[in-house]
Amino acid sequence: MSEAEVTREGLRGVRPGRDATPGTDTVQGTESGRRRRGRAGRRDRTGRRAEQPMVPPVEFASYYGKPILNAPVWRSPDIPGYLFLGGLAGGSSLMAAGAQLTARPGLARVSKAAAAGAICLGLAGLVADLGRPARLVNMLRVFKVTSPMSVGSWILSGYVPAAGAAAACALTGRLPRAGAAATAGAAVLAPGLASYTAALITDTAVPAWHDGHREMPFVFAGSAAMAAGGFGLLAAPPGESEPARNLALFGVATEAAAFERMTRRMGLAAETYRSGRAGAYIRAGQALSVLGASGALLGRAGGRRGRAISALGGASLMAASAATRWGIFHAGLASARDPKYTVVPQREQRKARQQEPAGTRERAAT
Amino acid sequence: MTIPGAAQAARGGEDPAASSGYADHPPRMGFFTDTSVCIGCKACEVACKEWNSVPEDGIALTGMSYDNSVGLSADTWRHVAFIEQRKPVADGQDQFRWLMASDVCKHCTHAACLDVCPTGALFRTEFGTVVVQQDVCNGCGYCVPACPYGVIDRREDDGRVWKCTLCYDRLGAGMEPACAKACPTESIQFGPLDELRDRAAARVAQLQAVGVADARLYGEDPGDGVGGDGAFFLLLDEPEVYGLPPDPVVTTRDLPTMWRRVGAAAATLAAGAAAAFAVAALGGRR
Repeated sequence: MSEAEVTREGLRGVRPGRDATPGTDTVQGTESGRRRRGRAGRRDRTGRRAEQPMVPPVEFASYYGKPILNAPVWRSPDIPGYLFLGGLAGGSSLMAAGAQLTARPGLARVSKAAAAGAICLGLAGLVADLGRPARLVNMLRVFKVTSPMSVGSWILSGYVPAAGAAAACALTGRLPRAGAAATAGAAVLAPGLASYTAALITDTAVPAWHDGHREMPFVFAGSAAMAAGGFGLLAAPPGESEPARNLALFGVATEAAAFERMTRRMGLAAETYRSGRAGAYIRAGQALSVLGASGALLGRAGGRRGRAISALGGASLMAASAATRWGIFHAGLASARDPKYTVVPQREQRKARQQEPAGTRERAAT
Repeated sequence: MTIPGAAQAARGGEDPAASSGYADHPPRMGFFTDTSVCIGCKACEVACKEWNSVPEDGIALTGMSYDNSVGLSADTWRHVAFIEQRKPVADGQDQFRWLMASDVCKHCTHAACLDVCPTGALFRTEFGTVVVQQDVCNGCGYCVPACPYGVIDRREDDGRVWKCTLCYDRLGAGMEPACAKACPTESIQFGPLDELRDRAAARVAQLQAVGVADARLYGEDPGDGVGGDGAFFLLLDEPEVYGLPPDPVVTTRDLPTMWRRVGAAAATLAAGAAAAFAVAALGGRR
């Protein structure tokens, strides 16, 4: 090892020679060398004072600022699009079944069409995102409960034919009984379809996704209700759209409450939902959902104007659902690309664990 | 020295090959990478590429000291990190030091990549290592963000994921992995994991005895968040200085909670839809 270093001031670190004891001149202290200031508390792009940091600015070490994780290779629009379309399909299948039971043929027809259309489009995105699309069927080679993607593949393999048959029967008017059975089948799988994707993304090491694993399923379920209700408001005959309005409002409330709770409990990675591209999508989603909910409420008055307002509200709710999915997707990418979100929480976690009595740790390990 | 089998198992943690269904299997094999004797020659990177026919991973100069391969990826299965540090010494003067460390797949006891793989392409070998079956992988990419160490990655022109196999082919023939074979300083030591853990404990004690207070083992503890690594390290600074996560946890540890919450959310959605129709019916009657 070379201790000598040439600097402008001359030679630094004179060689200790053969008398050097191995190691004694190399390591002192415990703090690591390369440090970087965290970004908490900085002004954001608009020049406003960013949110007051709850903790002092983070200091941490990294390897040349390089990420610790390999970021997801999933692409936009394929994957965020699938998250949105899977929710739209699941919510629409539930609405189709309800409409069929309560004799609202118009709402049933558009919901079935939406479910089938959305899931086919979403599936196309999934296949396109595979590195080897020709090997798609390998997804059904095994069933693994430890892999949400495997569980999802099996849900899709039941749901896609059912939703497709339900839509085909409804649009052609043929085989009404088979169509009703398919509608029921799709509705049974629909809630799972709309929420399994939350386990899919949170079952990763990506901080902004994993740290939200308790609330993300509710965000996704709410977002699905919002999208499907929004589509119903937009496309169903006005006389039959009341359940769609209710479902949409339920979705708005559920998603907003779950998202708020998620980012509050998340810790450091919650930053990624407020800044950059993800922050822009999330804020757009919030604005659109307020707009859409107002439209849904005001449109209740009916009449030509009410109908137009409802339809506009429905469209904004669909857009809001999509924007939130895109925001969540990009927050995940941002949190994987910055080592801060991996290093800082893990250091705190390790410190907390080391302070626990040994007995507690043994029990936690088993 | 003989250790009773039960005590050995308790000390060594879970036996991943046995839990994967291998009734009669060889001992768990792994790496102990002692970075205190690494000289940064990159022979391991080259040997790995040569043996496994790993394609070129970029020939740009990064400016990150001598490191031009940046990190582990689909085309870099051994990666030598170079860290130039100025550290205060006893007399208050800064001293320059160079840290070098050869990183590799950790072959975790609880491997997230293996858990989340939907096709079964990733599997546990009889040696307790984790390997991708390239004829099965369909490139879904799920293992990539699941890995808490950022090891496995998708090869762009190929579409499948790749990572260190701990030279599964060489192990089957009774040979040691190419990187360990090529290492001129025995920084990379290959062998049965139990033996490596003993050797590592002795080495860290030796270094601390001569005053290297920062010497520590990383990934050797079967009680950590991944159940202990099959490839562990002796480091001279905090793990994050080398680009390693300080306290990795296998994501699937929280999977039972995730599925419970998904179930609750699905039930909420179904109930919300039912309520939407019920409320509409009530409103209609009025």
